[in-house]
Amino acid sequence: MENIAITQEVKPPNTSKGPVKWLQDNLFNTWYNTILTCLALVFLFFVFKGGLTWIFTQAEWEVIPANLQILMIGPYPIEQAWRIWIVLCTLFVLLGLSAGVWKGLVLRISAAIAIFGLILLLIPLDVVKNSEAEYAVLEFNFNIIYLIFLKRTWLLGGLVLFIVTFFLGRDKNVLKRWVIGGWVLSLPYTMMVLHGFGENSVSTTHWGGLFLTLVLAAAGITMCFPLGVLLALGRRSQLPAIKWVSTIYIETIRGVPLITLLIMGSVLFPIFMPGDLQLDKVLRAELALILFSAAYMAENVRGGLQAVPQGQVEAAQAVGLTYPKTMLFIVLPQALRAVIPAIVGQFISLFKDTSLVTIIGLLDLLGIARSVLANPTWQGRYIEVYLFVAAIYFVFCYAMSYVSQKIEADLGVGKH
Amino acid sequence: MTENTTNDPIIICEDVHKWFDDFHVLKGITTTFKKGEKAVICGPSGSGKSTFIRTINRLEEHQRGTIIVDGIELSNDLRNINLIRQEVGMVFQQFNLFPHLTNIKNITLGPIQVRKMSKSAAEEAALALLDRMGIEDQAYKYPAEISGGQQQRVAIARALAMEPKIMLFDEPTSALDPEMISEVLDVMRELAHSGMTMLVVTHEMGFAREVADRVMFFDEGVVVEEAAPADFFDNPQHERTKLFISQTLQH
Ligand SMILES: Nc1ncnc2c1ncn2[C@@H]1O[C@H](COP(=O)(O)OP(=O)(O)OP(=O)(O)O)[C@@H](O)[C@H]1O
Ligand SMILES: [Mg+2]
Repeated sequence: MENIAITQEVKPPNTSKGPVKWLQDNLFNTWYNTILTCLALVFLFFVFKGGLTWIFTQAEWEVIPANLQILMIGPYPIEQAWRIWIVLCTLFVLLGLSAGVWKGLVLRISAAIAIFGLILLLIPLDVVKNSEAEYAVLEFNFNIIYLIFLKRTWLLGGLVLFIVTFFLGRDKNVLKRWVIGGWVLSLPYTMMVLHGFGENSVSTTHWGGLFLTLVLAAAGITMCFPLGVLLALGRRSQLPAIKWVSTIYIETIRGVPLITLLIMGSVLFPIFMPGDLQLDKVLRAELALILFSAAYMAENVRGGLQAVPQGQVEAAQAVGLTYPKTMLFIVLPQALRAVIPAIVGQFISLFKDTSLVTIIGLLDLLGIARSVLANPTWQGRYIEVYLFVAAIYFVFCYAMSYVSQKIEADLGVGKH
Repeated sequence: MTENTTNDPIIICEDVHKWFDDFHVLKGITTTFKKGEKAVICGPSGSGKSTFIRTINRLEEHQRGTIIVDGIELSNDLRNINLIRQEVGMVFQQFNLFPHLTNIKNITLGPIQVRKMSKSAAEEAALALLDRMGIEDQAYKYPAEISGGQQQRVAIARALAMEPKIMLFDEPTSALDPEMISEVLDVMRELAHSGMTMLVVTHEMGFAREVADRVMFFDEGVVVEEAAPADFFDNPQHERTKLFISQTLQH
């Protein structure tokens, strides 16, 4: 009898609740909570009503399409814009290959990016020009489809490349090394293509808009991460010289506001540089961003390193792994996975911190938005412009945050 | 039990001393282990047992005396240390499996990265080892997904995959629930019969009696007494040994 009782299947108690139950439990469980909920609803109604009516009826949005090009690429010469498109297409190729080779999470993230591209493809924002005549085109006809595709050939091409390379990369594990190599080379390659050589080259004084923001952020993120990891390892090194250099660096940088570094880079640095040898202004801002973020990155990574038990290092040493391999295969994977949220938080701050380069006269997305508003034609349109800019920042920052949550879930942080 | 033991020394310790800051943990250990010998090391907590076997693969550095393992002297020369670590496998009380790698990857990492074995050869060898440990069906799980006894057997397989000449065990069953201890001891017994040189820190006196060629009793950083298990358990010479044996055998 008792045996039977043990083997009987017992279902877990049903703890899931319907939405009505949830509302009752969380919003209307006591009389004062009910009153608070009602007040909050009234408040939200008026805020949203005001906001939404303004957005849909009062706002004059034509400032955005009229200045779209300058918001996106700043003073970058339009006849050289193909450089940017080439870079985007290359990224789509790498994304497609990665999605095919690794599948799983990489595929899902790449696909999300591609879908984002697809959405951009379908928003006819840049077709609508600043003249009355072209607003008429907004009516749906073949003309607009033609215009869209004329303007969107590159984006369309990028998406096609993405799909083609996805199928190319599928089931070809040998490509892994090449794809990793491609990603490693992508940063210098991007910079070379964007800048170009000789007569047609585009000096960084012409870089601006969202394009400059993305370049600063992407290069900053890819460089500050390895530098931060090295600094974190350095700070825990057994060798006193390395340990002290890393510690002093980290603590000094963390004691200084980013603005100070940017200003030092732009004003003081040229004074100390001999004669004609002048570093590019964008490069100096980029260096300041990288050096600043790396110090914070190092502390985040160090937190992760401390979470890895000493026994892991000993076990790795006991099978004969050298120090670099112990770090690479055993310690860093565990350490980084423990601090993914902090690292991504650091990336997001870096992305937003790029807006500080306005202070030294670079025209990033925020800087260019201000210059658009300085134009008398668009006087007073600042809410529209800043809302648009905020939306762009939000999309990118939220995407990073979302990807980090997916990576965490996929790696089963805290599970194994 | 001496069927596999030879007369060639494989580990030679001469007057080994170790301090943690001012704390003298090893106070002059002099002993020789022969190829194929199985030595069980026991003694009260804090007597320096772990510290001693950890000096043999240089997880702890000794500060005086010499240790020669398989003809190579342990010094600060990193190349020598790495060579010796390839020849000396170690099993820890807390298993120390790599939690972010599957069991089979735990096992193949060393052979691939250190022995430069091909991935397929390493995997084949790993599966054979897991089979020998009786857990071939756990190969593609993560350590957190298997029981403690199974984890410790994966850890033994990980050490064996490097094809070491010597195996060090630091209380391999102390962290295990009682019903899992025997499955690990069985594996170690089988390993002993295969002729492996083994240094085992353990309180499993039954295992010591059955498998060991020699039992060493540590107290306060010195080897108080060492003898063949029969003599050690039935006819201990020192008071401290007697006390220790009577206490340990009570449970
Ligand atoms: N890294 C360390 N730093 C300082 N003291 C240490 C360190 N490791 C061990 N000790 C001390 O050295 C002494 C011997 O430690 P050891 O781990 O070798 O003992 P043990 O015989 O293995 O004991 P147990 O049976 O508890 O494992 C202990 O008193 C311990 O506190
Ligand atoms: Mg111990």
